[in-house]
Amino acid sequence: MKAGTKFLIGASLVVVTVGYLMAVGVKETGVYFLTPTELAQRLDGDSTFYDLGVKVGANVVRGTVERDVATQTVRFDVSDGTTSFPVVFRGLPPDTFTDSVEVVVEGRYQKDGVFYATSVLAKCGSRYEAVPEAGA
Amino acid sequence: MTLLGNIALWVTLLLGVWGAFMGFAGGLAGRPELARSALRAVFAVTAAVVVASIALLTALLGRDFNVEYVAAYTSRNLPIYYTISAFWAGQKGSLLFWALIVSIFMTLAVMLAPRRDREFLPYVAAVCLVVVAFFASVMLFASNPFERLAFVPQDGSGLNPQLQNPGMTIHPPMLYLGYTSITIPFAFAIGAMMSRRLDVTWLHAIRRWTLLSWLFLAVGIVLGMWWAYVELGWGGYWAWDPVENASFLPWLVMTAFLHSVMIQEKRGMLKKWNLALIIGAFLLSIFGTFITRSGVISSVHSFTQSNVGFFFLGFLIFVAVASFWLYTRRLDLLKPDGTLESMVSREAGFLFNNLLLVGIAFSVLWGTLFPILSEWVRGTKVTVGPPFFNQVNIPLGLALLALTGIGPLIAWRRASVANLKRQFAVPLFTGAATLALLAALGVRHFYALVSFALGAFVIGTIGQEFARGTRARHRQYAEGYAVALMRLVGRNRRRYGGYIVHLGIVMLFVAFAGMAFRREMEATLKPGESAQLASPFGHTYTFTHLGVSQYNELNRLVSAASVDVRKNDKRVTLLTSEKRQHVDGFGRATFEPSTEVAIKSDLLEDLYIVYAGSVAGTEQTVYRFTINPLVWWVWAGGFVLVIGGLIAMWPGAGSAPGAPRRTEAGYGVTLAAREA
Repeated sequence: MKAGTKFLIGASLVVVTVGYLMAVGVKETGVYFLTPTELAQRLDGDSTFYDLGVKVGANVVRGTVERDVATQTVRFDVSDGTTSFPVVFRGLPPDTFTDSVEVVVEGRYQKDGVFYATSVLAKCGSRYEAVPEAGA
Repeated sequence: MTLLGNIALWVTLLLGVWGAFMGFAGGLAGRPELARSALRAVFAVTAAVVVASIALLTALLGRDFNVEYVAAYTSRNLPIYYTISAFWAGQKGSLLFWALIVSIFMTLAVMLAPRRDREFLPYVAAVCLVVVAFFASVMLFASNPFERLAFVPQDGSGLNPQLQNPGMTIHPPMLYLGYTSITIPFAFAIGAMMSRRLDVTWLHAIRRWTLLSWLFLAVGIVLGMWWAYVELGWGGYWAWDPVENASFLPWLVMTAFLHSVMIQEKRGMLKKWNLALIIGAFLLSIFGTFITRSGVISSVHSFTQSNVGFFFLGFLIFVAVASFWLYTRRLDLLKPDGTLESMVSREAGFLFNNLLLVGIAFSVLWGTLFPILSEWVRGTKVTVGPPFFNQVNIPLGLALLALTGIGPLIAWRRASVANLKRQFAVPLFTGAATLALLAALGVRHFYALVSFALGAFVIGTIGQEFARGTRARHRQYAEGYAVALMRLVGRNRRRYGGYIVHLGIVMLFVAFAGMAFRREMEATLKPGESAQLASPFGHTYTFTHLGVSQYNELNRLVSAASVDVRKNDKRVTLLTSEKRQHVDGFGRATFEPSTEVAIKSDLLEDLYIVYAGSVAGTEQTVYRFTINPLVWWVWAGGFVLVIGGLIAMWPGAGSAPGAPRRTEAGYGVTLAAREA
């Protein structure tokens, strides 16, 4: 067999391996990224969704953040304007987390109507920029 | 100053467009007077961009808060060096900074080009001028750093506290230097295609530039890791965030190019591939800017969402279509001079190395874009995170590490069995011995074991290469071993610099594997109370909470929590983690409180302590204690990598591929040593 042919076989093996790793990776670690309304719709149609880990992107509802430092628990409501639900997170939220940011919470929505988050990412457009105010 | 800045931007745009036309026309029509005009435009545009930059710096340092950008990023009490770093801290300023670096690089490229590369220069100038003019147009039409407010704020908003970190003042410029310096190799690639001079001349012309941008990207990435580690407080240094991936992608493609270019120089193969890699690296650098600036992919790093992203998307599509069209028209000039003779050859090793690097880059790109792709295809957004990237890239990365050890041991063209035996004995033994030793010590983590064993294998390879080369010089020229080693490296800088880079890569892999053994706990402590955490190295740490103190600093209120650290009951140190509330000149709070992590680092492990807060009304304080093994080796590995890169890049005889006699002579010496 010519070296070129052998190389092509080896190369296809590499390509197939990369493709396989990616396919399996997406299947095993892919997580739905939904808005609260989309999550509610899916839960209506399919109750298996309760046990599925999902990510939800939404705004924190102003004034709903309760921090319990002793138990390291944060509770807050998230909303996309139509649907809202409470989130409970045990752990240290990032410095940028406040009651006026957009968050991405990852976790499970349980039948008690609470979203138990395993991670909270705070995303805010003004993270590196503050808006100057008139008269300030 | 803003008027001057705006005028300078207009001059940049108009002269840039003019110069680009002159460059392309002068080159294609073979009219030297037009080409000269393009080169003069390079200098004029650079001067204009420098004037604009001085105007912005003057506004920043003069605290002219009527300028929106100044008000948004600085305040009266911001220290002067952070005021200067505000130049590139925000969207608008960073666009100007970017234009400034491309301008400086294109001026250098034009001035430093040797006579044999003159033919490319009109095109190089034209391509660079298109890029600078593009940045000027983005600033003028979408994101102008010289925009004024309708009022004059008494004070600015200040710089985000997370950017008030020495690492953060140089991390973005390093990345920008890396991204922008890819423009020069890309411009030469376009020049080579347009002038139809597709022999190795253009590859020699861009060799230092590709190494330079590879090096800047590496420094930028490592500094970014360091910043994330000390400033963000989540305990790690790499999170596979889209913005991090955006800087990693061009680096991977450049790494592939730095290897595959050697096959083209030695054997005249892979001409199409190399050209495609350079174009791909440039496109990825624009793509990176697009995803960081547009907000199409949610990232914790994102700048404000703005229409700037669509300018970049448009530019990306334009560059992609134009270069692809030109590329397809030149395919007939890119036929290979040689073919692969054996699967057991250096060429085959490089080919697989390239496949793996591009495969890694593809999977990172795919994972980064997956939310968008899945929404297009299936209508639902699905995201993949660190588990995906780790699951895919750890095996690929380890295969690549194995090749790092194998490649240098195999001869070009075709390796004989005798050659293989002689070459592989020592490295294989080093790797196997390390594996046995670690397994005997009780290390059971599969990937970590493989990383350490492969790392040892690669170090065996590198050590053997250095030892044989030194011994050969010692015998042949009767030099002392130290002198022989210095001259060996000095006379074959590209090769041995490359090995030193490999050593840095091994150190990085070892450090990454160390993170498999991290230990973490949270504890709520009253003053005097302790928590204990066992290190993966066998000893136990005792952390005793001493108390929280509060005081004022220039631009912030600080709450500092102190911990006494004991290792197996022997006192080690006192560590203090802070919560900072930044304030403006009037004492009002700006930004959210930020956390300063306490870190104690040694060769084995890092203690990483986060003060998470105090329970209101009590003396209880919440901490997170983390032991991160081998993190020191990330920074050391980065340092070694940079040293190796600098050695490979250092100008003069012994580094240039255009001096084949020297290189071959060095090579001959090593071969002679192998025969002996």
